[in-house]
Amino acid sequence: MKRRVEAAIVGGGVIGCAIAYYLTQLGLRDIAVFERSYLASGSTGRCGAGVRAQWGTEMNCRLAQSSIDDFETLADELDYPSIDFKQGGYLILAFGRAQLDQFRRNVSLQNSLGIPSRLVTPDEARRIVPHLVAPDLLGATFCATDGHCDPFKVTDAYARAARRGGAEIHTATTVMGLRVGAGRITSVETDRGPVDCDLLVNAAGPHAAQIAAMAGCKIPYVTQRHQIMVTEPVAPMQDPMVLSFSHGLYCQQTPHGSFIMGLGDPAEPVGFDIGHSWQFLADLASKIDYLMPALGSLRVVRQWSGLYEVTPDSQPILGPAPEPANLWLAAGFSGHGFMLAPMVGRILAQLICGQTPEIDISPLDLGRFARGELVREPSVV
Amino acid sequence: MPDRVGRLSEIVICRCEEVTEADIHKAYAEGYRSVEDLKRLLRIGMGPCGGRTCMPLLLGMVARLAGVPVAEVAPAVNRPPLKPVELARYAALQEQQP
Repeated sequence: MKRRVEAAIVGGGVIGCAIAYYLTQLGLRDIAVFERSYLASGSTGRCGAGVRAQWGTEMNCRLAQSSIDDFETLADELDYPSIDFKQGGYLILAFGRAQLDQFRRNVSLQNSLGIPSRLVTPDEARRIVPHLVAPDLLGATFCATDGHCDPFKVTDAYARAARRGGAEIHTATTVMGLRVGAGRITSVETDRGPVDCDLLVNAAGPHAAQIAAMAGCKIPYVTQRHQIMVTEPVAPMQDPMVLSFSHGLYCQQTPHGSFIMGLGDPAEPVGFDIGHSWQFLADLASKIDYLMPALGSLRVVRQWSGLYEVTPDSQPILGPAPEPANLWLAAGFSGHGFMLAPMVGRILAQLICGQTPEIDISPLDLGRFARGELVREPSVV
Repeated sequence: MPDRVGRLSEIVICRCEEVTEADIHKAYAEGYRSVEDLKRLLRIGMGPCGGRTCMPLLLGMVARLAGVPVAEVAPAVNRPPLKPVELARYAALQEQQP
């Protein structure tokens, strides 16, 4: 373990590993990633594995669309066998006039940014997903380039490429504290000893607020459990992710053949619980029975949960913290960090190296909360 | 384990996801040393049996490869349900709730 690095990164999820990789691409060599468990053990490895560009704010649209462009070539770029990328599209269901109007605005924003989404009628939606029933469906939006990627493999691919570029990735290594002097973080105290650093990147997912607090920085978000499950694999029968904000539900068949389905529960209390409940399966099953009853014959093989860290506007917090001066934030992803990882990784690396970033992410800085400049993302589960 | 002429075995360790002894040796040699990492890379233990057949075998293999007692190898987290259950049967539970 190097005792002095240029960049210390806290968090071995997809964000931390992507930033480490892109920093090596910009010429940094002394980089250390600290992960308290195994890679992708937190929110990354627990997520629904969907990637979509169909968002409701310009910033999320641009970050997500550019990330999908990256996912298309990522396995080759990182010299990794496969990241199980599948572009079967996302079909987002509209129930009620207000939602359809919102979707119309979303599609026009998305199209203006080059995202090939479109409104479809209920009949078209049922042609795209033949087992879709949803009797009260008013319409849907569809984007064929959205899809699925394996979160563990993407993280592993970034980590391996970062290591080849000289980065050290320390799993089973817990950050216990940060030493701050003269307005800068000077050292990371880990359970394997201290490591001095020139700068620190906080990519600790649901624990980012604890890490930031070690340096006197406050990050506003709340953590909430989201439950999810997977079925046994069956022959390919559903191309797109089916998403319903009205039901808080998403459902996609992976390239492996299994279906991943998850549910957001508005009554879920704030906290760090990552347990599971049979009530989740009962609730999910009854909603699937309404939307796609044919899937009722699929057998559930596993259920688990993970944490969302939801910011006041459901958009991530990216860029330099006001203080300490050398603290960088990539946090508060509000449930959609995995799909933004390539672009977030590139942009953070560009900013850290003093380059002009590909996308101006300054509206996503921590200061926006104090300034009251929030743009709320409407399209979240 | 390699056989007497040094070939890696094609014995299937995980029947659900069709993972062989050779697959595990290869992944271990590439640096996937923990049960959690091997599980996520190879899908071993992620099939309908929930790892009840393969996990004891995998723990033994990792222990031999690492040269430590089996008790020192951290197992993967067990997750419900105990055996595969049709989704529709959970929907029936929801309807029975008051």
